[in-house]
Amino acid sequence: MELAEEKLGEHHLDEKQVVDVVVRFAGDSGDGMQLTGSNFTEATALYGNDLSTFPDFPAEIRAPVGATFGVSAFQIYFGSEDVTTAGDALDVLVAMNPAALTTNIHNLVKGGLLIVDRGAFSAKNLAKAKYENNPLDDGSLEDYRVLDIDISAQVLAAVEPYKLGHKAALRCKNMWTLGLVMWLFDRDRNPTIASLGAKFSSKPDIAEANIAALNAGHAYGETAELPSGVHVYKVPKAKVAPGTYRNITGTTALAWGLIAASELADIDLVFASYPITPASNLLHELAKRKQFRINTFQAEDEIAAVCAAMGASFAGALGVTSSAGPGIALKAEGIALAAAAELPLVVVNTQRGGPSTGLPTKTEQSDFNMALFGRHGDTPMPVIAAATPADCFEVAIEAARLATRYMTPIMLLSDGYLANAAEPWQIPDVDRLPRFPVKHHSEAEGFKPSLRNKDTLARVWAKPGTPGLEHRIGGIERSFETGDISYDPANHQLMTDLRRDKVQGISKDIPKQEVCLGEEQARLAVVGWGSTYGAIHQAVKRARAEGLSVSHIHVRYLSPLPANLGELLAGFDKVLVPEMNTGQFVRHIRAEFLIDADGLNKVAGQPFKIGEILAAIHEKLATGESNE
Amino acid sequence: MNTALNKLTLKDYTSDQEVRWCPGCGDYAILKTIQKLMPELDQPRENQVFVSGIGCSSRFPYYMNTYGFHTIHGRAPAIATGVKLANPELDVWVITGDGDGFSIGGNHMLHVLRRNVDLQILLFNNEIYGLTKGQYSPTSQTGTRSPSSPEGSVDAPLSPCAVALGSGGSFIARSIDTEAKHLSAVVKRAHDHNGAGFVEILQNCPIYNDGVFEQVKDKKIAADFRVELEHRQPIVFGKDREKGISLNRDTLSLEVIEVAGNEDRVLLHDETNKIQAQLLAAMGGADFPVAVGVLYREEKTSFVDDTHQQLKRARHSEGSLQDLLNSGHSWDVK
Repeated sequence: MELAEEKLGEHHLDEKQVVDVVVRFAGDSGDGMQLTGSNFTEATALYGNDLSTFPDFPAEIRAPVGATFGVSAFQIYFGSEDVTTAGDALDVLVAMNPAALTTNIHNLVKGGLLIVDRGAFSAKNLAKAKYENNPLDDGSLEDYRVLDIDISAQVLAAVEPYKLGHKAALRCKNMWTLGLVMWLFDRDRNPTIASLGAKFSSKPDIAEANIAALNAGHAYGETAELPSGVHVYKVPKAKVAPGTYRNITGTTALAWGLIAASELADIDLVFASYPITPASNLLHELAKRKQFRINTFQAEDEIAAVCAAMGASFAGALGVTSSAGPGIALKAEGIALAAAAELPLVVVNTQRGGPSTGLPTKTEQSDFNMALFGRHGDTPMPVIAAATPADCFEVAIEAARLATRYMTPIMLLSDGYLANAAEPWQIPDVDRLPRFPVKHHSEAEGFKPSLRNKDTLARVWAKPGTPGLEHRIGGIERSFETGDISYDPANHQLMTDLRRDKVQGISKDIPKQEVCLGEEQARLAVVGWGSTYGAIHQAVKRARAEGLSVSHIHVRYLSPLPANLGELLAGFDKVLVPEMNTGQFVRHIRAEFLIDADGLNKVAGQPFKIGEILAAIHEKLATGESNE
Repeated sequence: MNTALNKLTLKDYTSDQEVRWCPGCGDYAILKTIQKLMPELDQPRENQVFVSGIGCSSRFPYYMNTYGFHTIHGRAPAIATGVKLANPELDVWVITGDGDGFSIGGNHMLHVLRRNVDLQILLFNNEIYGLTKGQYSPTSQTGTRSPSSPEGSVDAPLSPCAVALGSGGSFIARSIDTEAKHLSAVVKRAHDHNGAGFVEILQNCPIYNDGVFEQVKDKKIAADFRVELEHRQPIVFGKDREKGISLNRDTLSLEVIEVAGNEDRVLLHDETNKIQAQLLAAMGGADFPVAVGVLYREEKTSFVDDTHQQLKRARHSEGSLQDLLNSGHSWDVK
């Protein structure tokens, strides 16, 4: 299906109370938008709204000041109902310079609130953003409510007592703006004040100046005469299950999931990786967690990383490696050795836009085919995918469970969106997480490296250092009986079948596929995997509210697929599969189940918008009627 | 049930697998020497792990009755590093060849050496690709005629020991496949070294590169073509030890001199002198003998020691997962 042309929603800023709001902070890379966004997120979480965030930053580390390609943005969607995406159209846009304005204004709803720093709309900056006239003066913004403030001047006045110097003083602009937006949504500034104090504990002047700017921005909201319809908006608290919550990004959740997995499996974990965007943060997070049973290794390249992880698995630890698409391609040979030697190995793929270097900081789901099929030989490997930032925690544990239980490499698919996006997460009680202790083989009597579990078909895990179990393994085909090298034709057939059956057998060990929203039989199933979960969920929810017969099915286990998925899909007249690729999963389920599933595909480096999927649902059900 | 060390012999280190190298291959001699050496090393058999890549030499682990992992082309140093990261107690060996170690796996070799990962690396250098049937390798002499270079190869060869030195290796030695006593002594020293013990073993391939090291191996003439290095001893060679290696201080290069009357000009070997080791590693060709023995050693901490020190420091108190999950800002919903 073609993506429908985008229609922006209606603004709802006339009301004093609103159900949900999308705010985007956009500015120059050096404007501190990510810090602003994360502080606002924290305040919003503490306020009690459900939320989802999406940082959107450029690939350039230090882009030239004022350049459109240097715009860094942070989007937050918060509300009183369940929020599963970072939102579609913007209700509020903060644009700290002309480049941020020109790259984001098309997403602001008519009547939406635009906050700009007039001080940054200099002739030079306007030229860099390719504005011939100043949009603040030429009437081109009259569809929006514009808070046209010389923030730079306001900030310089607010921090004047701290004598920081012009440049350092202007760095407090983001906090001034944050103060204003906090006033707008009635957020508590105290956590931000505390975190500024901690962040700049060695530079009390800077801390004080930032806090002064924050308070000044807030005071501006309280006292200045603002355009009509701009006032404090109340967003009621969301109804969420009781418990203790925190915000978490996909990367942190995945790292902590791996740490949890090592405890639940009672095994050391060796994480070997080579830096690559957007996967590196996983290495950074784990590298500082060595008080747990985690060792990390920055290898010389992607191949060394997968090999070191596999070597660790051979030695009895759980080896984990991590990368993004191009790096995963380099690991393919190593992954196949892990499959041949039947060693556990978790391969985390934080997908990004491809091919080649592609869009390193942008998100995509285009490594599905590589995950399932991207190896030489008949090399089956289980593949699972995380749905949301918080889901990364569970999926990491599940990947470790399957890898160790089946003595197999497994690929865990995340993506650039999940890695950086954040959402509130109900902190689990560690004691209630199911344990799956790993047992290494120790019995010398009757040992051979080809021994396997009759149920799972998993080979024994006999680690070096164990007396009496000395043995050799490798990449050459091995005899089913003895584990020694074998070139016997019948044996190769047997071993190939065995590797397939072992991985296929995992379908008996995973939950049956459920419908996550809607009935088990309906006119349309919208089937997704990975990070499209949030947008699909909201779209299906809205369609159902309109009375449409549509359900949402989200597939975590991509290979092997849940045993009942085919049967389940047969209960729907139509199947729609939105994916951030050209149609990889949809092709797979068409082939597997011989159903007429239709894809909705987007490869723009940006997640799906709810509206895009909703439009496709409308179209899909409308064409159905015309055919009847 | 620790295997009693003193009772083990060569036989205990011989696996039940049929050895499948070509008749006359230098690898047989190396295998025998290592199997014989094993009981002398202060390590229980179950702690011995042989990791190899791809190539003729990389079949080695199958024939050792220890733990073994025959992996993929060029990657043995990386896999061995992972083994040590998981369990520093294991005694890990990397078996590789000139193609495996310095062509497809060159990057891993350089990094395992500069990191000083505590391993023994035995590089079987036969200056040819054997398993793929005779193509020239990165150590083949320029002009080597092979199926892929019918008119002679144009690549300049690299010297494994020189590259190992340049990579920051802390123990660099060279020996010969059939010189069992010399090889055994050198490998034992590599084993005793804390860090990466790199040993280049000149190995004859009777099928594709027969006789390439004949001059240094043939008992009748070898005295003129190889020099055996010993720490703090004069570097002399020849049937009557009549020739010596001297440093020309004007050109900063080595030269061969008559020992008689020039005793004070003959270089003393100093295993800890890196500059001298570079000069010695590069010797060979028409004008110089090939140096064998320990070219260079340097005492420094190993990667594995340093890594596990960091782990120990990080784990002075056990981490609480629940505390980690609760760290930072959280809020209660009632």
